[in-house]
Amino acid sequence: MLTGLAFYLFAAVVLVSAIAVITARNPVHSVLFLILTFFNAAGLFILLGAEFIAMILVIVYVGAVAVLFLFVVMMLDISFSDLRKGAMQYVPMGLIIGGILLAELIAVFSAWKFAPNAADNIAVPFVQSAEGITNTEAIGRVLYTDYVFAFQVSGLILLVAMIGAIVLTHRTRPGVRKQKVADQQARKKSDVLEIKKVTSGTGV
Amino acid sequence: MEFFDIGLSHYLTLAAMLFTLGVFGIFLNRKNVIIILMCIELMLLAVNINFVAFSAHLGDLTGQVFTLFILTVAAAEAAIGLAILVVFFRNKGSIAVEDISSMKG
Repeated sequence: MLTGLAFYLFAAVVLVSAIAVITARNPVHSVLFLILTFFNAAGLFILLGAEFIAMILVIVYVGAVAVLFLFVVMMLDISFSDLRKGAMQYVPMGLIIGGILLAELIAVFSAWKFAPNAADNIAVPFVQSAEGITNTEAIGRVLYTDYVFAFQVSGLILLVAMIGAIVLTHRTRPGVRKQKVADQQARKKSDVLEIKKVTSGTGV
Repeated sequence: MEFFDIGLSHYLTLAAMLFTLGVFGIFLNRKNVIIILMCIELMLLAVNINFVAFSAHLGDLTGQVFTLFILTVAAAEAAIGLAILVVFFRNKGSIAVEDISSMKG
């Protein structure tokens, strides 16, 4: 009963804020509604017993991705009202395609049943709150053993993404005087210093 | 009560609706790349809800592990996408999708 109420509350807020994300006039509002969506999705994950994923969702999405979006939206000086012009022209098409997609997905999902022998193929069996093992510990036990290759590859993907983002956005500004350590080290005394004999009383 | 008995299909229906909203958002905001990127995040969230719902109802932890990897890829994708957007804005002074046509593709 309580779980059902919580599910409907979280689900309703997720859907309403997702609608607000795609219809908000101001992109900053869109980002804020995106954050609300992620928070409530984290609530749904907790209802499902996936606490670790819920916390990661809040940390990664709200803490990193949404803030990144917020930075970019505020950094770019764009007239967003121009971008909305003529947007209504695509609404019928979008409604048709979205409606078909939704009908198909619900038709598939509402009649979903697990195959009778699906339980035989479970890779990592996990019974909720069994033997005092928490969700986080259970994930940690398989993530660093069975899925260690995928884990390392995801680390590589993040590294490549980081280097890529830096390479893309880094620029050398003209007119900025920076310290060049290599040039300083390469300077020789003979290049810049000249010693002249000055006979007294004559000047240089 | 049947209505409050939350099963797998409730979560799957919610994920389907969220995914559809993401697709619809791309149509609705097809000029604004930032909103399109947010719609992609919404669709990835719907996929994650599917993964976790199946994982919880099947008693298999693999779905949650894969959700973790999807989160990683989504974060990388957002970072790269926004970096490209910033560079594009610096060069062209606009982020409208119609202006992204210099390669005549």
